[in-house]
Order: sequence, then C-alpha cells, then structure tokens
Amino acid sequence: MSLQVALFFLFGIGAIASAIGTITRRNPVAAAVNLIVHFFMLAGLYLTLQAQFLAILQILVYAGAIMVLVVFVIMLLNLGNEEALREQFTLRKVLGAAIAAIFMLQLGVLFNASPSQRYLSPAAASLGTAESIGQALFTTYLFPFEAISLLLLAALVGAIILAKRKVE
Amino acid sequence: MSSLVLTLIKGAIALNVALVVAAALVYLERRISAWIQYRIGPNRVGPFGLLQPLADVLKLYTKEDIVPYNASKPFHRIAPIISIAVALSVLCVIAPASYLLLDDGTKLFIAVAPNVNVGLLFYLALSSIGVYGIVLAGWSSNNKYSLLGGLRSSAQMISYELAMGLAAVAAVMVSGSLDMNQIIASQSGGRWNIWFQPLGFLIFLVASFAETNRAPFDLPEAEPELVGGYHTEYSGMKFGLFYLAEYANMFTASAVMTTLYLGGYDMPFLPTLLGLQEGTLPRVLFELAVFVGKVSVLLFLFIWVRWTLPRFRYDQLMNLGWRVLLPLGLANIVITGAIVFFVR
Repeated sequence: MSLQVALFFLFGIGAIASAIGTITRRNPVAAAVNLIVHFFMLAGLYLTLQAQFLAILQILVYAGAIMVLVVFVIMLLNLGNEEALREQFTLRKVLGAAIAAIFMLQLGVLFNASPSQRYLSPAAASLGTAESIGQALFTTYLFPFEAISLLLLAALVGAIILAKRKVE
Repeated sequence: MSSLVLTLIKGAIALNVALVVAAALVYLERRISAWIQYRIGPNRVGPFGLLQPLADVLKLYTKEDIVPYNASKPFHRIAPIISIAVALSVLCVIAPASYLLLDDGTKLFIAVAPNVNVGLLFYLALSSIGVYGIVLAGWSSNNKYSLLGGLRSSAQMISYELAMGLAAVAAVMVSGSLDMNQIIASQSGGRWNIWFQPLGFLIFLVASFAETNRAPFDLPEAEPELVGGYHTEYSGMKFGLFYLAEYANMFTASAVMTTLYLGGYDMPFLPTLLGLQEGTLPRVLFELAVFVGKVSVLLFLFIWVRWTLPRFRYDQLMNLGWRVLLPLGLANIVITGAIVFFVR
C-alpha cells in the first residue's frame, strides 16, 4: 500500500468519524470543532487526489472563515439550552433521511455506471492547480462565476439592511 | 535517501530553528524594550542575561498547571496546542534559501516543502486557523474576560485577514505565482515587490501586526480591561505555549513578508561580485544570511512598534480594518491590475 493510499484511508476514516461527531455532539462548540476537523480531513482527501488548490480553499474558506463566524456566534449567544431542541421537527428528520437515502443511491449509481472514472487520470492531476481553476473560472464559466458574485453581493446587502433596520 | 525521510529531516531542523528563534525573540524583546525605555533589562542569568529564556522555560515547566473548575477540560488542553501547531506548520512553505546542487545533478531545495503550487495560500489558510487556539482558549476557560478576549480575537482576525489577502493578491499579480520559490525568483536582481507595491506592503504589514495579536493590535489580551484576555486562566507550560506561539507567529509573518515583498533571499549584485555560483554551499549560506538579515529587520520593527505605539480602541481597530485597509486593498488591486495589463 503506497503512502498516498494509506493517507487516503486515514483522512477518509477521520472524515467519517468527525462527521458522525458533528451530528452526535450535544454541545454546540464540540459539534463545531468536529465539523472543523471534518473540513481538514476533506482537505487532506483533496490533497491525495492532487487537488492542492481545492484543499487549501477548503481550509481557507470553510475552516478559516465560515466556521470562525459560526463559532463566534455560538460563543456570543452562549448556546447551552441544547436539551430543548431534542426530538423536535420529526417531519424534518424523516425528510432529511429520505434525501440522504436518495443521495446515497445516486452515488452508488454513479460509481457503478462508470468504472473507468474510479481512478485518477494523469490529466486530472493538472486540473487541481490554481492556474487551471483560474483559467476555467474566467473563461468557460465566466458568466456563472459573475452571477454567483452578484448573488453573494445581494445577500450581503440584504444582511446589512436587516441589521440596520432598527437604526433608521 | 527517500524524499519522505529528507522532508522529515528538513522539517525537524525547521521546527528546532523556529523554537530557538522564538526563545531568542523573547530575550530580544525584553532587551530592546529595556533599551527603548531606558532600563537595563534581564542581565543576571548568564552573560548579558543570554540564558534568561532557558530560565523562563524551566520556570514554566515546573509551575503548577491550574485548570479552572467548570472549565471545558479537553478544549482547555487542546487550545494552546492548536496555537503552537499552526504557528509552526506554516514554516514548511517558507524558502530561506534556494537550492543545493548535488553531485548527481539533482537540486536539493532548502525549503521543507519546496515548489508548492499554493504556498502563499497555505500561509493565509493556516494563519486564519490560528484563531481557533485563541477562541477555544477563551471559551473553554469559563471566564468572562477570557471569553471577551477570544471573541475580540476572532472578530479582529476575520477583519484583517481580508485586507491581508487583498494585499497579497496584488503582490501575486506582480509576481505571477503563488509558489514561494517562484515569487522570490520573480524578484531576483533587486526587482523587489516593495518597489512596485509600497501600499500593498504597508497593508500587509499592518494586517500582520493584527493577525499576530501584537501591539498596537493586542486587544485580545489587553491587560487593563481584560486581565490577561484569552490566557487569563492558563498557567505553566500551557501559558508558555501561547507565549511561544506569539513569537513563532511573528517569525513566520516576518518570513512571509520577506518572501512576498523584500525579495526573499535575493541580494542584487553581491553574489556575482563575490563569485558565488548558484547551487553551491557558499551561495546557500550567503542566501540564508540575507534572508535572516531581512527577517531580523522586520522582527526588530515588530518589537519597536510594540514599545512605541499605544493600543488601539476597539472601534478604531474595526474602522481601520474595514474602512481604511479594505478599500485601500481593493484600490491597490485595481491599479495593479491595470498597470500589469497595460505594461506587460
């Protein structure tokens, strides 16, 4: 077993374990920390698949920015009343389980449909670099890229208006 | 020797160098602050007080480790480890010298992880992770001053990370790469980025001060308002790890600024004047000396500023980050982009 494969399994098991930790911890901070560990494991998985840029972005954006905000809010609100949340929204849980099952099914179909795609092609290695992702984003996918930027801007403006409502 | 073993050896050397530098910085900080304040400073332990850091570490190791009652123990334990681990792991992408040409023609790169395609992003990513050490320390201590320090730190780091990233983007546009070795190569012969990016350098410098929680941005541990901030409830070597992480962070931030703006190990004219061929041992030693020299200047600046400028107020800190540095960073990108587009 090569080092790469060993690391793949290491990160994979870590990712699954921390994902389970995220949804089973009652303490919100513990759940958030588990999620951060999960993001790191995902970044490790991307690295074993030669996608350096994606791995770093995973840490920079999710673990470094979004989760910092999540942890910030958890601490600011000092969430402790997690017992009250237990066993509510049963319909939501059923729906969630159904969607998860459909997703698993899709994954299974995908993996069985194209056995040749299971292995990393040599061309895939060059796909993970900053250059190729930048090229793709600013040429082929320029319009979706700009549209998403606009959407994020709209969300930002909306958030600011909601926050400032009381002032005006 | 396989590349894995080689990398491990280089990593071990880098770790030891960083820890020794951090200890030396503690001593230098005390001596320089004493000099600035017209005091004498530590001068009892060893010649010129040089063994003071050793005595400090010994003291920290033998102190009682107090964990507050009702603290969240696992997080209280892991927070200083996160801080120091993040501070040290950034070192692996830093290139303090170029390469050594071996007898069989292969290049032995001095950096632990040379030619990483996303080297600079790695630094930005890990420096944004460093906040967890402080936030978790603040939260797990179960102390309102600690919590306030942790919250301040996370707000501060998110704010200044953006400005830092924007400044780095402009520098990357000039250099044309995210790879630390290539960023340095693009600045060879004295074409350092600081000449083309004076504003970017200033933004990056200010943001680095904020990211490392150094004065005038040391609000997370502002002692008149927050006792000791996030490390109020830490004692013994756990406190020592936070302390060490601060100096390790200073060291890595200086090394990254040297790489990004000051040409890294580049020194124009002198190597050719001295007849130092690329890839030879004297050249590598020369490059190391140049790199260490530049980093030392920045480290002195860090210490000098701390003992000169008063601390910011919290609203001033946020205003500076969001209303001054962020727009300046964006303008810098637009101007740099236009110049790079029309000139090249």
